[in-house]
Amino acid sequence: MSNLQIAPNAAVLAALSEILPRDSVRRGGDQAEVETSLERLPSVVDTVVRNGYALAGIVTEWEDAGWLGRYAFYCSSCPGFVHVFVHGKPGDALPSISPYVFSADWHEREIEDLFEIPFEGHPLLGDFALHNEDWPEGVAPMRPDYDRDEPKPPRSGRVWRPQRFVKAPGAFTMSIGPIYSGISESAQFRLESEGEQILYATPRLFYKYRGLEKIAEGQDVEDVLLLAERLNGTSAVGHAAAFAQAAEAIAMVTPPPRAAALRLVFAELERLRSHLCTIEELVESTGLQVPTAMLSSLVEDLLRLSGRVAGHRYLFGLVRPGGLTLDIGDAETADIVKTSREATARLSRIVDQLAYDNGFLDRVEQVGTLQVPKALHHGVVGPVGRASGLSKDLRVIHPYGAYRDCEVRIALADEGDAFARFRVLAGEAVESQHLMEQALSSLPAGPVLAPWRPRADAALGWSEAPLGAAFHWLRLSPTGKVLRWRIMPPSFTNWPALATVVEGAAFQDFPIILASFGLSVAESDR
Amino acid sequence: MWTTKGLTRGILTTPYPRSRPAEPGARPARPVATPTSEAGPAAVGVCPTGALEARGDQVAVDLGRCIDCQRCRRGDAKMEWADTGQAALHLSPADLPGRAFRHSLHVRVVDAGDGGETLRELKQLTSPYYAVHRLGIFFTPTPRDADVLLVVGPVTQGTRQALLDTYEAMPEPKWVMAVGSTAVTGVPFGPSFTTAAGLGDVLPVDVVVPGNPPPPLAILDGLLSLMGRMSAEELLS
Repeated sequence: MSNLQIAPNAAVLAALSEILPRDSVRRGGDQAEVETSLERLPSVVDTVVRNGYALAGIVTEWEDAGWLGRYAFYCSSCPGFVHVFVHGKPGDALPSISPYVFSADWHEREIEDLFEIPFEGHPLLGDFALHNEDWPEGVAPMRPDYDRDEPKPPRSGRVWRPQRFVKAPGAFTMSIGPIYSGISESAQFRLESEGEQILYATPRLFYKYRGLEKIAEGQDVEDVLLLAERLNGTSAVGHAAAFAQAAEAIAMVTPPPRAAALRLVFAELERLRSHLCTIEELVESTGLQVPTAMLSSLVEDLLRLSGRVAGHRYLFGLVRPGGLTLDIGDAETADIVKTSREATARLSRIVDQLAYDNGFLDRVEQVGTLQVPKALHHGVVGPVGRASGLSKDLRVIHPYGAYRDCEVRIALADEGDAFARFRVLAGEAVESQHLMEQALSSLPAGPVLAPWRPRADAALGWSEAPLGAAFHWLRLSPTGKVLRWRIMPPSFTNWPALATVVEGAAFQDFPIILASFGLSVAESDR
Repeated sequence: MWTTKGLTRGILTTPYPRSRPAEPGARPARPVATPTSEAGPAAVGVCPTGALEARGDQVAVDLGRCIDCQRCRRGDAKMEWADTGQAALHLSPADLPGRAFRHSLHVRVVDAGDGGETLRELKQLTSPYYAVHRLGIFFTPTPRDADVLLVVGPVTQGTRQALLDTYEAMPEPKWVMAVGSTAVTGVPFGPSFTTAAGLGDVLPVDVVVPGNPPPPLAILDGLLSLMGRMSAEELLS
């Protein structure tokens, strides 16, 4: 542990101490805190990013005399976090950092809409989280004086005039959604074109804005955990684990070893199922019905396995602050090993056959290519990033729980096209099964739940959810009520990258690119 | 040749509803009414959504408010959990579609704020395990072809207008199904400043399928009851 406490953040803190007064840098283990002023913020952020840090997200909190803006960065190669924070008074504007860190763009637009904290130097604000036609002017749900039970405003009646970026003669916009074909999540994609090629794409999200961060305020931690599970029901364990980790860090509680190992098992089971779903949707988008059917029956095998061993097909109700609600016995262990082994064996056979299927390869090779520099620029996370050469995986660089004691082999590709994503997903699915089996073969004995008592503090929790790095910031009152819960989900980071990848693609490739990213609308909309 | 590869696993499809085989994990247990003496005095209080209610000497369950959080099962409260047949409820049996739809029903699915899990369960209905096409149930992309509007999610401010437009675009006669506890009562998100208290706030609902998410077989029950192929008594048995 000792080298971990010295090594993380050493380089970046040395660089920061050159431009900042000494007492503004606080080191707390792997979580370093840097206080700065509004004027200095851009240069501080720039220094942090140049030292190999990626933005986890921006957290804004109300304080007595204004607000606190916290920029959480995680190191892409060492186990360290840097929190840069600034205090602002009412009326102050935050300088936009998206020119330095592109992944801050959507965070800034969201905060401007929901908090009404202005950003200086941001080119495109407004109509982001609160759509003009649905929400009247002047509504800011995240402001402290806004009541969560406020009656829903009538439709604003305002007209939304989308901006058009392509000005060529004959250019038109193809608008897909918010409700579009098939069983799909509600979101809108505006594809601008001159003919066959997509020249500019704008995803318009937040149709499904459920206001999770707002309705969590004042609720008990355990009730908010239920919201974290339902944020994206297909990544329930991933988000619940990140949330619980934050709650446990606040209470300074460590889950018992058996709970940590079982959390790993359930998280990997979820990853295996989620990756299977993404692969199935990708194959479906290429029109191959038989392998789609074969893959969806594998998904069902795993859903039924979850139903048998955990009592819930999507593993809800398992994670709790302090551990797990459920222990498993030998029969369940054997069931998990047998069923997951069969599923990955079948998956591997299907993947091998697809890799030699020209009909499939024609649709996915060199389609939706996310080049390495662009992936870096957007700070892309998860399997999408690992298919574009970014090997960062929180299980490896910031290991948590039982991942501290096991070795995760990262599936990596650097072509960045839909086929690379397909191979990475398949490789990770197989690795998940290995990790599960490894953890189950040496399950520590003992309880699965440690007593958890609330404390007034705040902490960051994280986990590698199936779609990528998930961060949850949590602040509690002395009685364990949630004062602020900020969700920084992987899809929110990856959506802007999808939009740039679509540019230059043909219309018929759009569904394939969309499916190969496998992003969730629900967790981005929150 | 994918066709031959697809045959290697044999027939997976459930014979449901002709018979009810044991399919462990396909339909996990749900809370059922339990005598207060067994459930424990604190049972009602552990429910985060108010789905449990003391009624006489029993603790009754309102499945429409149940979000499958398992809290009344593990821990201090000891509610009984079982695989109940009460998978779907018909709100207006008098307005059944009638015989014309017995073997063909076209369904338009609309996501009004679901977390993604209910949509996945709907997708599983088309997997070989359930293959609802064999029963004449089809998911259609266009509301003009649809007989049933199947809604998931609590109905958010942003999806509300699109949902109403979809309903308007459907030809008469049409029916509305709320699938998932979030769509039935809005729990655990609503009602709030951005979500309704379920679909009933927005549209007249004919069939509700509670669960978070309801498993494919429960959704199938709801669709079959709408087609008149499963009676209210069967649903409750």
